[in-house]
Amino acid sequence: MTGNGYRTIAFYPDRCDGCNLCVEACAEHHAGSKEAVHSRIRVCGDEEGRYTGIALCRQCSMPRCAMNCPAGALSKDPETGVVCWDEEKCVGCLLCTLTCPYGGIVFNAASGRVMKCDFCGGRPACVEACTRGALELKRGADLYNAWGDLEDLVVPGISACLGCNSELLLRHTLRRIGPNVVLATPPGCIAGVGAVGVNGKTAVKTPVFHPLLTNTASMLAGARRYYNRIGRDVTMLALGGDGGTADVGFQSLSGAAERGEQMIYICVDNEGYMNTGVQRSGTTPFGAWTSTTPVGSVLRGKTREAKPLPLLMVMHNCEYVATACTAFMEDYYEKLEKAIEASKKGMAYIHVFSPCPTGWRFPPGKLIEAGRKAVQTNIVPLWEFELKTGRIRFTYPVDDPLPVQEYLSLIGKFRHLDEEQIRLIQEQTERKIQILKAFTKEGRDGDETRVEGVGS
Amino acid sequence: MPQTRYVIIGSSHAGLSAVEAIRLTDRDNPVFLLTQEDTLPYSPTILPYVVSGEADPEKIFLKDEDALKGSGVVYRRGEKVVGLDLHARSIILKSGEILDYDKLLLATGAAPVLPPVEGLEGVSCHVLRTLEDALGLRRAMEGSRSAVVLGGGLIGMHAAENLHKGGLKVTLVEALDQILPGYFDREAAGLIRDIFRENGIEVLTGSVVTRVFEDRGRCIVSLDSGEERTADLLLVATGVRPRIGFLTGSGIDAEEGVLVDERMRTTHPDVWAAGDVAQAPDFFDSGKKRIHATLVNAVEQGRIAGMDMAGDEALVPHPGGIAMNTYRFFGHRAFAVGLGGENSGELSPHHLVEKTGPRYRKIVLQGGRLVGASGINDGMDPGIIAELIRRKIPLQGLEERFISDPLGTGRVLMSRTWR
Ligand SMILES: Cc1cc2nc3c(=O)[nH]c(=O)nc-3n(C[C@H](O)[C@H](O)[C@H](O)COP(=O)(O)OP(=O)(O)OC[C@H]3O[C@@H](n4cnc5c(N)ncnc54)[C@H](O)[C@@H]3O)c2cc1C
Ligand code: SF4
Repeated sequence: MTGNGYRTIAFYPDRCDGCNLCVEACAEHHAGSKEAVHSRIRVCGDEEGRYTGIALCRQCSMPRCAMNCPAGALSKDPETGVVCWDEEKCVGCLLCTLTCPYGGIVFNAASGRVMKCDFCGGRPACVEACTRGALELKRGADLYNAWGDLEDLVVPGISACLGCNSELLLRHTLRRIGPNVVLATPPGCIAGVGAVGVNGKTAVKTPVFHPLLTNTASMLAGARRYYNRIGRDVTMLALGGDGGTADVGFQSLSGAAERGEQMIYICVDNEGYMNTGVQRSGTTPFGAWTSTTPVGSVLRGKTREAKPLPLLMVMHNCEYVATACTAFMEDYYEKLEKAIEASKKGMAYIHVFSPCPTGWRFPPGKLIEAGRKAVQTNIVPLWEFELKTGRIRFTYPVDDPLPVQEYLSLIGKFRHLDEEQIRLIQEQTERKIQILKAFTKEGRDGDETRVEGVGS
Repeated sequence: MPQTRYVIIGSSHAGLSAVEAIRLTDRDNPVFLLTQEDTLPYSPTILPYVVSGEADPEKIFLKDEDALKGSGVVYRRGEKVVGLDLHARSIILKSGEILDYDKLLLATGAAPVLPPVEGLEGVSCHVLRTLEDALGLRRAMEGSRSAVVLGGGLIGMHAAENLHKGGLKVTLVEALDQILPGYFDREAAGLIRDIFRENGIEVLTGSVVTRVFEDRGRCIVSLDSGEERTADLLLVATGVRPRIGFLTGSGIDAEEGVLVDERMRTTHPDVWAAGDVAQAPDFFDSGKKRIHATLVNAVEQGRIAGMDMAGDEALVPHPGGIAMNTYRFFGHRAFAVGLGGENSGELSPHHLVEKTGPRYRKIVLQGGRLVGASGINDGMDPGIIAELIRRKIPLQGLEERFISDPLGTGRVLMSRTWR
C-alpha cells in the first residue's frame, strides 16, 4: 500500500498584507456571514504590522484535541487527513481548546460552539480567496503516489551519468504527458542517455525521432500539421539541450513560436555542451568555467551573461512559457499540465534548470540541493507566463533570497570566482528579478499599465 | 521487535492514549486492555452530560470493537483485577484467571471518596464516576424534587447544574470558603458562585456537614451552622482517590497514588502507571510528586507511558503535571492553567474584572514568563497559554501587551516560536 498524502495549508507571511479576505471567505463559507467571529482562520500580526503566522488547525497526524475529547467528537479521517468535528457528539466542554497549541479549534462566541477548519470539502475557501499567494494548499505525498501510478515510459537502466538530472526529467515528463506523444530529441544529453536508441533499441516506449540540432521545432511542426490533417490529437514534445535550443536550433524554434505551432518545447538547460566536452553555450552563466571559457591568469571563466531565453520566448507571444527545476517537482508537474493544454493552441515552452554533476563538477548526490539553492538565491526564479493573462507570475516567489554565494559555493565550475565576480553575479541576479517583476504587473483588470508588446 | 505482551489495566484516557503510543512503535505485539466495567471505553468526563441528557449514553464510547481489534487490542471488559504478582509477572483477575504480562500499565484511575461524616454510611447516596453511576443518578432524578450536593469541585458543580436543569431544587455545600479552589482564586470563584445563585442554586461555602440521616425516605443534612437541608437525593462529590487497592502488598511503591518518574515508570522495571492513579512530578515544584486528576494529564501521561513501554526513542520526558481545565456553566465559559488558583502564593497577578457579563482575566507572570492564566468569558486560546507555560517561553518585552491582549499576543508568540 502506498502511504496517503494529506493536504495542508501553507502560509507565507511575507506575502500577506493583512487584508483578511481569507477570514471573510471562511466565515462566509461556514456561516453565510463575513463576520470574523465565524472564521476558523485568523492571521496573527504583531504591533509593527508584520504578519507572523496563522491560527488555524494544522490537521495534526496525532491530533491532541481528538485524544482529549471526552465525547469522541473529534477524529482524523484516514482518507482525507482532515480532523473532523462531529457537531452531534460534541458536548461543548472546551477541553479541545485547552489542548491545541495552534489556536486551531476555538470557541465561537456567536454560535456558542467550538469550530475548526474542515478544509471546505477539499477546496478551502480561504486559499481561493487569497489574492497574494500567502495561502497555498499543499499536497503532500499523494502527489508522488499519483505520479507513481502513472506509467513509466522509459526503460530501466539508461546510460545517464551518475546523478544526472536528465533521467529524472525524462521519466517524469513522459509519465505526465503519457504515451500519446511524438518525442523529438536533437543531439544532446537526452538523446545521449539512450532516448533515441542504443544498438537499434530505443529507451523510451513512445514514438521518438532524432532531428538535427538545427531543425527540431520545424520537424515537430510538420509532424503536428500532419496529425491535424488526419484528425488525430497527438502531443508534440521536444526535449532539447540548451545548445540545440538557444544557439544552433534557435532559428527554427523562433520561427515555430512566431507561427504559433502547436507543441511543447522543453529546453533542458545544463548551461553548455556537456556531452561533447563541456564547452560554453549561449546559456552558460557569467563567471562559469567551461573547457572553452577556462580559468587562468587572464580569463576567469565566461565573460558574458547567459541569454535570457525564457523571456525571449515570452516576447514571441507563446501560449505558455515557464521556468522549472526538478528540485520543485510539484511546481514542474503543474506547469506540464498547463503546457499540455497550451500546446493544443500553440507553442508551450518550458525552460528547465538542469545541474550537471559531470560538467559542472559537483558530487552526484547534490543535484537536488543545487536546484534548491539556485531557486532560493533567485539565480533561477520559478515563474510562468500565460498569453491569456499577458503577464508573468512567480510560482515560487523568493522574497528573502539567500546570498548567491550559497549556491555558487556548491558548484565546482564557480570555485575560482573572486569577490568582485560574486558581487557582479549578485547584482545581475537582482537586476533580472527586477526585470521579471516588471512583467508581473496586472495587464487586464488592474489599474497598472500593460507591458507593451506582450500578449494581444 | 522482541516478543512482548503488553497488559493495560484501565480502558479510559490514560489506557487508550498508551495503546495509541505503543502502536506507533510496535505494530505487532499483543496488547491486552482490561476494564472492570462491562462497557466499551468511555470518559468519566462525559458523565455530567449523560446526566443532563445532552449526551446519548449509547453514543459516548471512544472506541468500538472493530477499532480496538483493528489496532491489535484484546479488549476484556467486565474483568476486575484483584492482585499483582511482580515476581511471576502476572495479574490476578476476579474470576481467578491469571494473566501474564511482560510490560504492565496501571491506568485504573480514581474513585470517589466519601468524607468522614457521621451517618453517611447509613444513607443511600450517589456518586458520579462510572456510567452506571450516571444512569442511576438519572433514574433517581425522576422521582426527586430536591437535592443536596456535597463538594464544590468541578464534579459537584457540574452535577449541581444538571440536577437544577432537571427541575430539582439544589443546595451545594462546600466546606472551604470558595468553590473550585484548585483552579480559580476567590474572586473568580465568587463570580461563578454568583451565577449559580442567580440561577436559583443555593451555594453554601465555608459550610461543614456534621451529620447525615434518613427520615421517611428523605435525606436530612445537618450543617455546622445548625441549619438543616432536606432532600430527596444526596450526591457526594468531595474528592477522588486513586484505585490502588489491588496493589496492596504487591511491592509497588505508592503514597496517595502510585509513585512514578517523568517516564511514568514505577519503582518496578516492568510496571508503569499513568493518569488519575499516578502520583507524578509536578511542573512547578519538581521535587514534589502530585496527583493531577484531569483528563489532559491522563492523556499526556498515558502517551508517555506507552512510548516508554514500546521503547520509542522520540520520547521526551514529562515536564511535570500542570493544573488545567476548562469549565462551561449556565452558558458561560471559564478556563484555568497553571498557577493562579489558591496556589499562586506570593506571585502578583494582573487582573481584569468586569462584574457584568461577567468577564474576568488573570495573568500570572514570573521572571518574564507566563506561569498561570485564567479567565471567565474571556477570549484567550487556552491551548496556546498552556503551551507558553509548558515551554517556559520568555515573553521578551511583550509582557505589557500580553496582559492587555493575551489572545493576539499569544498567537504572535505561537507563530514565532512553534508555528
Ligand atoms: C463527573 C466527572 C467530570 C469530570 N470532568 C472533567 C473535566 O471537565 N475536565 C477534566 O480534565 N477532567 C474531568 N474529570 C476527570 C477525568 O475524567 C479523569 O481525570 C480521567 O478520566 C482520568 O483518566 P484515567 O484513564 O486515569 O482513569 P479513569 O478515567 O478513571 O479510568 C479508569 C479505568 O480503569 C478501570 N479500572 C479501575 N480499576 C480497575 C480494576 N481493578 N480492574 C480492572 N479495571 C479497572 C476502569 O474500569 C476504567 O476503565 C471528570 C471526572 C468525572 C468523574
Ligand atoms: S468541546 Fe466538543 S469537540 Fe471539544 S473536547 Fe469538548 S466535546 Fe470534544
